Amino acid sequence: MIANYGYKDGSGEYYISIDTDKCISCSADRACLTACPKQMFETITDDYDDEVTWVKKPNCRTLAYDCADCKPSAGYTSLPCMTACTPGAIKHSW
Amino acid sequence: MITAGIDMGSRSIKVVLVEELKVDGAPQLKYGVKKAHIMMPGDLDQDVAAEKAYDEALVAAGIKREDVKTVFATGAGRKQVAFATEGITEMTAGAKGANFMFPMSRTVVDVGAEEGRGMKTDADGKAVDFAGNEKCAAGAGSFAEAMSRALQMTLKEFGDASLKSDKSIPMNAQCTVFAESEVVSLIHSSTPKNDIAKAVLDAVASRVCAMVRRVGIEGEVVLIGGMAHNAGFVQSLKTAMGVDSVSLPDMPEYISALGCALIAAERQN
Repeated sequence: MIANYGYKDGSGEYYISIDTDKCISCSADRACLTACPKQMFETITDDYDDEVTWVKKPNCRTLAYDCADCKPSAGYTSLPCMTACTPGAIKHSW
Repeated sequence: MITAGIDMGSRSIKVVLVEELKVDGAPQLKYGVKKAHIMMPGDLDQDVAAEKAYDEALVAAGIKREDVKTVFATGAGRKQVAFATEGITEMTAGAKGANFMFPMSRTVVDVGAEEGRGMKTDADGKAVDFAGNEKCAAGAGSFAEAMSRALQMTLKEFGDASLKSDKSIPMNAQCTVFAESEVVSLIHSSTPKNDIAKAVLDAVASRVCAMVRRVGIEGEVVLIGGMAHNAGFVQSLKTAMGVDSVSLPDMPEYISALGCALIAAERQN
């Protein structure tokens, strides 16, 4: 399942997509949990009883601000969460 | 076996009781849908409201609490249902319910009072892709309701008025508060009510459509949630999505509760 967490507002579209099929048997030992400086990710058991990562609810409404510190404009060449997620399950829409 | 699904929406609580029908030699399970269904307004005290809605549904169905094998809850307030065995997300419940009503459906659009979401499903009614809008109320029913109040119309009149307009007036504001200002400006510039109604519903449809496009539009499209009652919105959504038809269940606001009850039944088997 591709789970899109986030929103669209007047300034743009801000979604973090997590491919749960790649996330279920994480070969990166859930490195995203510690890689995110804002600790936005959390491991949950989804509706199909699979252990997956999602974006914490409060962060889903503030992604544009929460992720700003990790974007190229802040000096990063790649996003820490995407780099840590070696299975390639995490994508940003912006 | 009877199972219950409770959808704790932000505006109202929906309860559906489902009874599994045993048919000798049948290759698959069949369910008697809507053994009882009831909708009640939500309350600040959500657990008390859930209890009340559930009790009324049981009375309406003429069954006792102990006859219900299991209760699953969904919706924004699902964690408040103390007597629920399990809570499932709106995406999973909506996808299951829509697929039960329309087995060929692959794209499900759910527009409720406070939130809208789009789901792609597989043949078993499992959500395989979803996107919602966690922030913006301008892509949900409460926005249309607020605008209909500004035009001094009921929601039914609002939807019907929209169908009488062939104008496309863009509404640029993404926020409900600013969008309301735009509507007030249109009223002051003597724009006909029908055109304003269409502009509002086009704007809601466009925001919902942006979410649905994230997951992709394929197969039969089903619209669930209270906004499916609004004929003007359905037309605006069809235009925005570029599809010829959108399937509408009889009681679209109950579909998530139905999906919830069906999943509860499946987990018992």
